[in-house]
Amino acid sequence: MSSLGLLSTRGVSLSFGGVLAADAIDFDLMEGERLAVVGQNGAGKTTFINICTGFIKPTSGQVFFNGADITALSPRAVTRLGVGRSFQLPQVFTEHTVRECLMLAASAVKQRRGFLLPLSQAVDANEVDETLELLQLAARAHDLAGSLPEGQRKLLDVAMALVLRPKLMIMDEPTSGVSTDEKHGLMAVLMRALDERQVTSIFVEHDIDIVRRYATRLCAWIAGRIAADGLPEAVLRDPIVIKNVIGE
Amino acid sequence: MRLRLLVVVLAVAVLALGLFFPWVKTPVLVALANGLAVSGVIVLIRAGQVSFGNAMFACLAGYGTAFMAREWQLDALLLIALSCVLAALAGAIIGFFIVRYRGIFFGMLNLALSMVLFSVLGKFGAVTGGTDGLRFDRPTLAFVHFEREGFETALLVLALVLSIGAGWVVQRYFASVSGQALAAIKTNETRLEYLGISAKRVFWGGYVLAATLCGLGGSLFALTQGLVTPEMGYWVRSGELVFVAILGGSGHALGAFIGAFVYEFMKLYAAALLTGAWQLVMGLVLIVMVFVAPKGVFGMIERHLRSRSKA
Amino acid sequence: MEVRRSAANQLVSIDCRCRFPLHCHFKTDSIAPMNASLFALALMDGVSYAALLFLVALGLTLIFGVMRILNIAHGSLYACGGYFAATLGLVITKFGLPPMLAFPALFVAALLMGVFLGTVLEFALLRRILDKDPILQLLVTFAAFMVLEDLQRMIWGVQPVFVSDVVTQMGTLSVAGVTYTRYQLLVLPAVAVLAFVGLRWFLAGTALGRQVTAVTHHREVATAMGVNTGRVTWLTLTVGGALGALGGALASPTTSFTPGIGAEMMVLSFAVVATGGLGQIGGAAIAALMIGLSRSFAVYLMPEIEVLVPYLIMVGVLLIRPEGLFSAAAARRI
Repeated sequence: MSSLGLLSTRGVSLSFGGVLAADAIDFDLMEGERLAVVGQNGAGKTTFINICTGFIKPTSGQVFFNGADITALSPRAVTRLGVGRSFQLPQVFTEHTVRECLMLAASAVKQRRGFLLPLSQAVDANEVDETLELLQLAARAHDLAGSLPEGQRKLLDVAMALVLRPKLMIMDEPTSGVSTDEKHGLMAVLMRALDERQVTSIFVEHDIDIVRRYATRLCAWIAGRIAADGLPEAVLRDPIVIKNVIGE
Repeated sequence: MRLRLLVVVLAVAVLALGLFFPWVKTPVLVALANGLAVSGVIVLIRAGQVSFGNAMFACLAGYGTAFMAREWQLDALLLIALSCVLAALAGAIIGFFIVRYRGIFFGMLNLALSMVLFSVLGKFGAVTGGTDGLRFDRPTLAFVHFEREGFETALLVLALVLSIGAGWVVQRYFASVSGQALAAIKTNETRLEYLGISAKRVFWGGYVLAATLCGLGGSLFALTQGLVTPEMGYWVRSGELVFVAILGGSGHALGAFIGAFVYEFMKLYAAALLTGAWQLVMGLVLIVMVFVAPKGVFGMIERHLRSRSKA
Repeated sequence: MEVRRSAANQLVSIDCRCRFPLHCHFKTDSIAPMNASLFALALMDGVSYAALLFLVALGLTLIFGVMRILNIAHGSLYACGGYFAATLGLVITKFGLPPMLAFPALFVAALLMGVFLGTVLEFALLRRILDKDPILQLLVTFAAFMVLEDLQRMIWGVQPVFVSDVVTQMGTLSVAGVTYTRYQLLVLPAVAVLAFVGLRWFLAGTALGRQVTAVTHHREVATAMGVNTGRVTWLTLTVGGALGALGGALASPTTSFTPGIGAEMMVLSFAVVATGGLGQIGGAAIAALMIGLSRSFAVYLMPEIEVLVPYLIMVGVLLIRPEGLFSAAAARRI
């Protein structure tokens, strides 16, 4: 077996009901990369993420993280190993305040179960405040997560994952649902935070400008396979990619 | 701070009431027992789940108390403690399976299990006393043998202490790591899992706590009445617990007790004045509350205190 | 209490005035070995009991399917239907009206009660809680149940109400060496089958029925497509309520009605609905048969667990399949 990267897959396939959502994927992600994933809807991008984070089990093949086989692990276990995830529709605790959301996330790090231990005493307040600053959410710390506008909800979604100090952050369409003039600002904040924490990242994107600006590597997915993989500019000039992914 | 003052004032008021009007002791004891059970129900409500079967833990503990009193003539304190252990164990075992379910399925399974218990208690009369239930003699309390009056007073003091203690535990739990995670189950379980927290385990902890509180209430109720019947575990009883939770306000343990007192005394009032049509009155009150004050009496108090502090 | 014995002095049936037709219908001092005629008896009683359960459960599952609300007051509809049917029966006797009217009177009672209570419930309560927290929705129907319990007591008192003229009118017949009442053997299952077929036809074959189905699947989309959801909900509550009341009305000639019977039927019919799958008509039918038959056979083989059986079945099914025997996807195949 060739040497494994931070995240690697070998022969990962997923078929359901005759559809091949993933077709024998061999893939390696190195530490420090900022990988963008593009592809039409249904090409297999989210499926791949779900497989890598343990949400779905592949029909065949293996997934490795940091050299360990994580194919059969649950999302909970995969998270604990150091993979953070944010969602297309931000998943936050709508009836908790922003700060409380982060505190809950922070409490998961040390696995302190405390039946009577107040949450505020179980977590490192500095850690929480630092992350709030990093994601520019400090002003909204005491607002209910459910009251946040979409862009800040996305940031909170990422913040909660970031508090866990992951080595790899997987973001599913981080700028979708956000207005065009806010997109770049949002992405800039996200990327700066990830750089600060030295987190390797994968992000699924539809906006090609964002891809050009922030990615160090680009994978283009077509019908369950990685059709092109390499430097963003090179991939974006690939005729197959232009035809099947961008040219819409 | 204001809240703690309120609790102390209320407790003292209740005690004084019981001492000056001896006939009030029984309904007060019943209200406190109910309040304890309801505080268990509000733990589950915090996770966004309703159980239409939690009376089964109160019933189980009550029968446990009755059995142990009859067989071993234990002291009341021991009876309560052991019955709580029984309820906690039942909660732990049942909880192990039931925490996989949510929403209406969770509610239904709890209901079904409580009806199994209810039916068993009613049918196997030789052991359980059947539909007439089990009577037992007044036990000692703190190893002192009391007469009727004295026992009730002593039990009242004990009940108040237990209630304040339980309320404190519940509020502290709500603010704790586990309690906050429990509340997150209501809004986003997926996120919890993706933080590395096991929603099932957290829910299980809450379920066991709820079962124990319901058991505490059931044991106290049994000691107050000296009698346990299968009705303690009937589905209507479980529904009443949820009713009281919403009536009093499911956001705070104090709400559980306020609700229980309002419920009990409205029952008395209606029984006295409307020849027992208390269900009619309570039903109408609940309907009005759902539309006008869905956060219950405690919610109204909170709103009032908050607007006062802003003024 | 009337005891019937066969020519060979075998115990055939005991007719006593108690809560459920099955309760002591064949209570023997010793557990009789299961022979052919006892088997036939258990089977027939199970089917007639299942028919009643099905009617009530049908109403409950229909209401849940359309409104996504579990109507805890449904058992009260059963009770009120039964009480009112008994009252009509007494009125017929008292005013010397032709006894033939007793049977149709049952249906009239159910219809009137269903429409009346269904309309009141829908208009006063259910329509206004559609967008509220599910816990609050449940509590509102629970409150309605409490109110109706007291109203029943105030109107009909606490003494058992039992008007069995219809059953005696129809006489008995002999099947497989067992004497059985025509009412329980023929009428009840026939009504249940008619209700099943009728409702299925209505939902699939009529425009209004298809609108109801649309609302069941997706309320918002149906509204967007111009379906008058207010009318649909009213119709659902009245039809569902009438079915519940019909169960009660048809049970009234064989069962004595006392306070608390509504609560009992509520939790039983819920067991049927939950086992069959919420909102599933076919599921309700199968679950009703399962529970009805298991219970009647339990009375023979293991009388102590008779009352337990419905809930054991419910727990058993829910632990394996929380959605019940049929879930939305499966039902479309039927």
